[in-house]
Amino acid sequence: MKTVRVLIVDDHRLFRSGVRAELGPSIQVIGEAEDVDSAVASIAELQPDVVLLDVHMPGGGGQEVLRRVLGSGSQVRFLALSVSDAAEDVIGVIRGGARGYVTKTISGAELTDAIVRVADGDAVFSPRLAGFVLDAFASTEAPPIDPELDSLTQREREVLRLIARGYAYKEIAKELFISVKTVETHVSSVLRKLQLSNRHELSRWATARRLV
Amino acid sequence: MLREMSETPTVSNAAPAAEPRLVRPASGRVIAGVAQGAAAQLRLDPVVLRLGFVLLTVVNGLGVVAYAALWIFTPKEQVKGPEPARDWGQFAAYGVLWTAIAGLWWITGASDGSIGTWPIVVGGIGALILWQQADPGRRQRWMSGAVSKVSASWVRTIVGALLIVVGAIGFLAASGELAKAKTGLVFTAVVVGGMLMIAAPWLASLVKELQRERTERIRQEERAEVAAHVHDSVLHTLTLIQRNAHDSREVTRLARAQERDLRNWLYQPKQDADATLAAAVRRVAAEEEDAHGVPIEIVCVGDCDLDERLGALLQAARQAMVNAAKYSGAPVISVYAEVEPDEVTVFVRDRGQGFDLDAVPADRMGIRQSIIGRMERNGGSARVRTEPGDGTEVMLTMKRAS
Repeated sequence: MKTVRVLIVDDHRLFRSGVRAELGPSIQVIGEAEDVDSAVASIAELQPDVVLLDVHMPGGGGQEVLRRVLGSGSQVRFLALSVSDAAEDVIGVIRGGARGYVTKTISGAELTDAIVRVADGDAVFSPRLAGFVLDAFASTEAPPIDPELDSLTQREREVLRLIARGYAYKEIAKELFISVKTVETHVSSVLRKLQLSNRHELSRWATARRLV
Repeated sequence: MLREMSETPTVSNAAPAAEPRLVRPASGRVIAGVAQGAAAQLRLDPVVLRLGFVLLTVVNGLGVVAYAALWIFTPKEQVKGPEPARDWGQFAAYGVLWTAIAGLWWITGASDGSIGTWPIVVGGIGALILWQQADPGRRQRWMSGAVSKVSASWVRTIVGALLIVVGAIGFLAASGELAKAKTGLVFTAVVVGGMLMIAAPWLASLVKELQRERTERIRQEERAEVAAHVHDSVLHTLTLIQRNAHDSREVTRLARAQERDLRNWLYQPKQDADATLAAAVRRVAAEEEDAHGVPIEIVCVGDCDLDERLGALLQAARQAMVNAAKYSGAPVISVYAEVEPDEVTVFVRDRGQGFDLDAVPADRMGIRQSIIGRMERNGGSARVRTEPGDGTEVMLTMKRAS
């Protein structure tokens, strides 16, 4: 199995070294960055497979890195890693182009698994992110602008519900009598909708949750 | 735009509000509630329509006819209990306004279609344009300023002053003294205008200064609140952790409890744990996490008010969490609560050792009575899925009261 080359972007040095120590042998950490500018420069120079991206950083945070790197046409894949549970942050980085969101409480083994998954082009949803997505897509009765992008299929909803209930992809596959690959397809499709859907309810929902 | 959106309520499972029917509300009516009802339909402030009726009445009496027609054809809103009183204060205000405008109308000779008509038409159009251009938020503020309590409103002061001036001029004109008083009036106007021009920059800077001070005070209050919270909780916990450094279990428990507390404070909408389901689930999970030292991860989708049956659901969920924490041996427990329009579902899941459901002794009451029995007594259902070595999942479903 080929190793995945990873760049860690986080403004806490202790945290970076902690992640480095916890990752499995299939992951090779090729560099670290501590703010937006150095992250953008390192990504351009090192061309990592996956960037582990902190959401809150000096100089604009993870969303700024996403905007500058993906805006320049790069194909690098991002996995957001944050202590924040705020809906605004979670939906923000996913809409910004990250392929997954996990919180920093995740175990080393799970993080390794998530990085490999993102490197393969799949999406990684934590239970909390799945809950946010279900909530956001359900919170409005307004008719969708684009039915294909603005609503979830029954199957996608089932998969998200199981993720929110704490099921791993393998367990979801067993539960729904489908293959793990199919689960991944559903999650990727939800990710695509989340990123492309132009219903402003998504952002509005996330903002409103914070302000209540 | 964004500001306005953020003020709308967040997750609501209530049915979407249907387009309101045209009715005459009883509360806050001035005469019969016609303007208020029509304004609700048109999404305008009732003041706009009331002023419209007043103006139309002055011009040619059309306002009275239109009002009467709407009065006849619009059903009255059904109210429970005693009918609220008519708003006599506003009634008087509109009466005075009508008298003033009618007086002005008559004095300027506008009623004959001569000189006075055009200035008023032009002024009216100008005012309309101004109203249209002001953004909705500001319009709302102006409106509420115009009709709210006297103390808060400088708009009222200005309107009052204008009415007095109009009245005085009207009186002078009626008694034929206007021409004599004219020089004096012009002199006064020039002096007052000049003084205003001199004082304007100073007044503006005073207002700005006041606003700055206010912002600063709010900021300081916020900072003090944050400091108080950090002091009461975080610093306190750090001290406890240092004191218990030898007991790793206790340290983990303290750190986890503090993390949860801080997260709730930072990221969760302020909720009353006795009132809504999501907050109650979080509180129950937090209590059991503290009692048993096993982290409980919670995901809630949607929310609703608590009632008696959901209270029972909550008790059953608590028992399921206790069982998982005490007997499963799992390092973490997942709780998922979803509120749907017709039912509420809660899942409590662990990846622990599981057990053989049929082999549970008949005298063990935890699952049979506290979970399944309780749910069924309250019209819900519980399903336990478990196998030795394969973890346990308890699914609790309760129909929502309609």
